[in-house]
Amino acid sequence: MPPPLRPRRRFRQPSVIPGFGLTLGYTLTCLGLIVLLPLAALVVRASGLGLSGIWEVATDPRVASALRVSFGVSALAALTASVFGFLVAWVLTRYEFPGRRIVDAVVDLPFALPTAVAGIALASLYAPNGLVGAQLAKLGIEAAYTPLGIFIAMVFIGLPFAVRTVQPLIVEIDREIEEASATLGAGRIQTLTRVVLPPLIPAVLTGFALAFARGVGEYGSIIFIAGNLPYVSEIAPLLIVIKLSEFDYGGACAIATIMLGISFVTLLVINLIQAWSRRRFGYV
Amino acid sequence: MTGSTAIRVETLSKTFDTAAVLHDLSLDVRAGELLALLGPSGSGKTTLLRIIAGLDFPDRGRIVFGAEDATRLPVQQRAVGFVFQHYALFKHMTVADNIAYGLNARKRADRPGKSEIKRRVGDLLDLIKLSGFADRYPSQLSGGQRQRIALARALAVEPRVLLLDEPFGALDAQVRKDLRRWLREIHDRTGQTTIFVTHDQDEALELSDRVAVLAKGRLEQIGTPDEVQEAPVSSTVLKFLGDTIEVEAIAQGGEVRVEGRLTPVTAPAGLVGPVKLYARPWQLQFAESHEAHLHGTVRSSYRSQGRQRIEVDRPEGKTVVVEASDTARLPAGRAVGLRILAGHVFAG
Ligand SMILES: Nc1ncnc2c1ncn2[C@@H]1O[C@H](COP(=O)(O)OP(=O)(O)OP(=O)(O)O)[C@@H](O)[C@H]1O
Ligand SMILES: [Mg+2]
Repeated sequence: MPPPLRPRRRFRQPSVIPGFGLTLGYTLTCLGLIVLLPLAALVVRASGLGLSGIWEVATDPRVASALRVSFGVSALAALTASVFGFLVAWVLTRYEFPGRRIVDAVVDLPFALPTAVAGIALASLYAPNGLVGAQLAKLGIEAAYTPLGIFIAMVFIGLPFAVRTVQPLIVEIDREIEEASATLGAGRIQTLTRVVLPPLIPAVLTGFALAFARGVGEYGSIIFIAGNLPYVSEIAPLLIVIKLSEFDYGGACAIATIMLGISFVTLLVINLIQAWSRRRFGYV
Repeated sequence: MTGSTAIRVETLSKTFDTAAVLHDLSLDVRAGELLALLGPSGSGKTTLLRIIAGLDFPDRGRIVFGAEDATRLPVQQRAVGFVFQHYALFKHMTVADNIAYGLNARKRADRPGKSEIKRRVGDLLDLIKLSGFADRYPSQLSGGQRQRIALARALAVEPRVLLLDEPFGALDAQVRKDLRRWLREIHDRTGQTTIFVTHDQDEALELSDRVAVLAKGRLEQIGTPDEVQEAPVSSTVLKFLGDTIEVEAIAQGGEVRVEGRLTPVTAPAGLVGPVKLYARPWQLQFAESHEAHLHGTVRSSYRSQGRQRIEVDRPEGKTVVVEASDTARLPAGRAVGLRILAGHVFAG
């Protein structure tokens, strides 16, 4: 009697496509070389300061304020970008109107624009003598050279992420689902909030996370409009650049490591929420 | 069981862009009946059903529910249950939440209490024989199970009429058969007025109290399955209800002749001259040449379910299918004669 067939390796899924070993090795190597190695170097460099040294840098009022600005404004901007991005994606997919394709293409501009170009454009637009800035000034609102300016720049660069992550899901919404809801007596608002929106939540969260991460890491488009006043409108990446130009490599690495840590924790939390919401709303 | 008119469709017309989809279509649906809408693809079945549901609106004509003109009534207020071909279940809700959706969507004053909703969901799950599935998600169910959930969801709101658009169209043959029988059972038990769309004539004839045959946006005929089969009003209806053989014939004085030989088919009064005779595969019989109406050679034959179906090539190029008992098999190439035992004639 032949022995029963035993799978050779347990974590290996049967597949008709070859190359599991090769692709896994390649993936790990790339990840290690391109992502983990530089990060490790950063941490090693920062660890030269010791935990107390890093703590000292973190609690330095100027650094703490820059970190607050970077993460706080990024979160607000990502939230705003998510809301507006969702609306943009909705309008672009659900309605036919002249110029729709052009608007759709314009959404990607912040992706493609060199960040410095975006920064200069925004700064000149929102400066007190700029097109929009002058109008805002009449209302007593200062956008350029304040955290509001940073916020505007971050929304600008975060918007495409928010739009492009939810758009494919909105395209896929089945009209019959909405019609089923209506035949069962649900009003439009009810259909929207109970049937159409919940399955989109995981994608909205992904868009938020991407916009947030981009906002935290953004440099070029912000420094022109931010004004970079210490304690007010100075972002952490700029502070790193300043430290570097002062040859304070240890300090720069310390700030970078702190940012790395906060980003990591934030993305982890967002991922957990996402996993939960996918289970809750996105069961497909 | 069936009684007064539940839904009256009056001279309905609908045009999409430039294509007319429904023409002056009138139809009465009786309370408690199971009406099948049968018709070829593109004949306007779905459109009619959607207009009755309030998901589409007609250009002309009226929809009357009982005594109430519902033509302009929004879909939410029509109290119809609609079951879609592809289920249209809410994927992010459990089976129980799906079924309870219509009840939960009601205004607070009309909404049953939590425990009452739970009880109703339980009853419906019993009815569709999926009691243990309350906490599953639609993705964890088979197609047939999903469609049963969709039906329970529609029934939960106690609709005036249940509308099913090819409910079994996406399922395989065996499941379709089971669900057909099961739908008939549910209908018998609930007495729910039901209209269901299909392009499968077997399904319509087996399941329904009455069949409405649609073609090109017009109602060709409505009647019981027996009526439409025994007395089809047009060749369209006849052809749509099953395979037919079409033969040139001459009618005179009520008699019908094929190739000069008298057939047992009678022509309606007034139909004189060249006509078309239509017969079903089982209304033909192999016969000796001198009493045959048609001649040809056997092309091929196959057996299925105790019957034999034989394709016969006729000299002028047409192929006819003959059904016969499954005894002697005829070799390909054999010359045969065919006798017409019954059929219908319509003006050519
Ligand atoms: N929204 C629409 N816009 C334009 N034309 C439409 C629309 N809906 C249906 N039609 C046209 O109306 C005609 C009837 O369509 P309908 O869906 O009612 O047919 P059906 O009888 O349900 O066919 P099937 O058996 O294939 O489902 C078709 O020719 C179709 O192309
Ligand atoms: Mg259809």
